[in-house]
Amino acid sequence: MNSVHIALNSNSASAFDVERIRADFPILQLRIDRKPLVYLDNAASSQMPQQVIDRLVRYQTSEHANINRAVHYLSETATAEYDTARRKLQRFINAPEEREVVFTSGTTDAINLVMHGYGRWFIKPGDEIILTTLEHHSNIVPWQMLAEETGAKIRVVPINDAGELLIDEYEKLFNARTRFVGVIHVSNALGSINPVKQMIAFAHAHGVPVLVDGAQAAAHLQVDVQDLDCDFYAFSGHKLCGPTGIGVLYGKAALLEKMQPFKGGGDMILSVTFEKTTYNTIPYKFEAGTPPIAAAIGLGAAVDYLSAIGMDAIATHELELLNYATEQMNHMPGVRIVGTAKNKASVISFIVDGVHPHDIGTLLNQEGIAVRTGHHCAQPVMQRFKVPATSRASFAFYNSMAEVDALVAGIRTVQKVFA
Amino acid sequence: MSNYKALYQEVILDHNKKPRNYGTLAHASHHAVGHNPLCGDHISVALSLDRDCIACIAFQGESCAICKASASMMTAAIKGKSRADAEILIHEFLAMATGKLHLDSPNNIGRLAVFAGVCDLPTRVKCAILPWHTLHAAFNSVASASTEAEADPMHVSIDNA
Repeated sequence: MNSVHIALNSNSASAFDVERIRADFPILQLRIDRKPLVYLDNAASSQMPQQVIDRLVRYQTSEHANINRAVHYLSETATAEYDTARRKLQRFINAPEEREVVFTSGTTDAINLVMHGYGRWFIKPGDEIILTTLEHHSNIVPWQMLAEETGAKIRVVPINDAGELLIDEYEKLFNARTRFVGVIHVSNALGSINPVKQMIAFAHAHGVPVLVDGAQAAAHLQVDVQDLDCDFYAFSGHKLCGPTGIGVLYGKAALLEKMQPFKGGGDMILSVTFEKTTYNTIPYKFEAGTPPIAAAIGLGAAVDYLSAIGMDAIATHELELLNYATEQMNHMPGVRIVGTAKNKASVISFIVDGVHPHDIGTLLNQEGIAVRTGHHCAQPVMQRFKVPATSRASFAFYNSMAEVDALVAGIRTVQKVFA
Repeated sequence: MSNYKALYQEVILDHNKKPRNYGTLAHASHHAVGHNPLCGDHISVALSLDRDCIACIAFQGESCAICKASASMMTAAIKGKSRADAEILIHEFLAMATGKLHLDSPNNIGRLAVFAGVCDLPTRVKCAILPWHTLHAAFNSVASASTEAEADPMHVSIDNA
C-alpha cells in the first residue's frame, strides 16, 4: 500500500499543497482527547477557512444593517455586499442571470420552495413525480406531502448493487402523466455520481422539468447549470465551507416567474393594500423577510475561496483520497464498502462484520476520527442494501492521505476490540 | 473523556458476544418491543411473572454492543427478582446512565456500574437505556400482545427518554 501512497503524494504535490490548505482551517488544529482531529464527516457539514471567518467578522464589525430598506451608509453597504454575494453564487454555478439565484436557508428549504411554489400549482391529481432510490429524505418527504395533498403519484427509479441508478428503468417510468423529476446529483449515503445531464435531456424530451439536489455535489464537482440544463438546482452553504442557515435555489427565470411565492412578508412585495398585494420580481419574490445577510456574504467568500483553489483541483485531490481509501479498505478482511459506483464522489459507506456502526463511531471518536454513523437521512438506500445503518467516511479537499491511514488504523483498532 | 474509554470493557464485550437469556419465551405473560428511531435499533423483551417474581425473561433484537450488553446484563440481574425490586433497578439504571446517580450512595447497581461511563456520551445514552425502557413497558403490558405497530401501547419508543 505504501507505494500507492507515495505515488499519489508525489503526483499531487506540485498541483495541490494540502498542508498549506489545512493551515487555512483553524478547527483542523483541534485535538480530541489529545489525538489530532481527523475530520471525515464532510458530507454532513464541511469546515470553514479563516478567510470566510474573517469575512463574517468584517461584515458584523463594519458593514451590518438591514438590506433593501434604508438610505443610510450601512444599509447601502450591506445591500451591495448581499447583491455581490448573489453574483458570486451565480458565477459559481454558471447561472445565466443573477435573478435566477434565490437565497434560501439551505437545500431542504430550496426543495420545499419548489414543492410549494411550483408543485402545488402545476401538479394535479393522478400526475406522476419521478424520484430515485438514492434521494435524501429532503427530496422525498416534501414530494410525499404534495402527493398526499394533491393525489399525485410518486414513482421511484431503482438502483443496482453498486448503488448506480438504472437509467433504462428511469426511462420506462415516463408516461403521459409524468410532470416532474427530482434527482440527487451525488448520493450523500453512497457517493454515487448520477448521470443527471443525460437524465435531464430525457425528461426534457418529454416536456418534464427536473430539480437536481446538489447538496452533496456542489462542494466536490464543478457545477454548470447551463451545461446540465437543469430547471432547478438546490444546494447548501455549510457543505461548501460556508455558514449554516444559507443555501441557494437556482431556477430558470421562466419557471421562477410562473411560480407562486411560498412565504409572504416584507421584501417580497411591490405594493400592499388590504385589497391587493403585488409581488416583487424574482428573486425577491421568494425572499420574504430579512434574509440571513451575514451568511449569504459568508457563502460568497466561501465560493471565492473554493474557486481560487479551483473545483477541478479539488475534485482531483478528492478522487485520489477516494481511490487510496477504497484500495486500503478493500484489502481489509471483514470490511465491506457499500456503494461501489464506477462514478463516485469522495464518500465511503462501510460495514465492519460483527460491529454495529454506532460502536464503530464511538471507538473511532476515541482515536480523534469523526465519521457519520446511521442511516444518513436516506433510509430507502439502507433498505435497498438490507442494512439498518452504515458508517460513512466522507473526504474534503483539506483531508490528507495520512488521514486515510488514520482511518484504516482506527478500523483495525475497532476490529481488535471486537475480536 | 476517560470514562468512555472504559465503556467498551471486557464484561460489556463479553455480553455482546455471548448475550445471556437471548431468544423468545413460549409462554410470556408480559412483552414489549423497544425501538430507537435514531439508529433503527430494536429489541423485544418477554417475561413471565410467577405471582410477583420474574420466573423467566428473554430478549432479542438488532442493536449495537452497548444496547445488547445492557439488555443481557439486565435480564441476568432481574431474573428471580420481584417486580418491585426490578422497578427500583430500572429507576437506578436510568439515573446512572443520565449521570444523576451517585454510585457512592447505597444502590443496587452492582456489576451494572460498567455502564456508568455512558453518561458522558449523550448520543449513546439511549443505546444503554433502551432495554430498561422496554422492560418497564413490558411490566405495564397486557398478556399475549403480539403487534409491534407504533400505535400499540406495547410498543415503546425511546423518543421521550
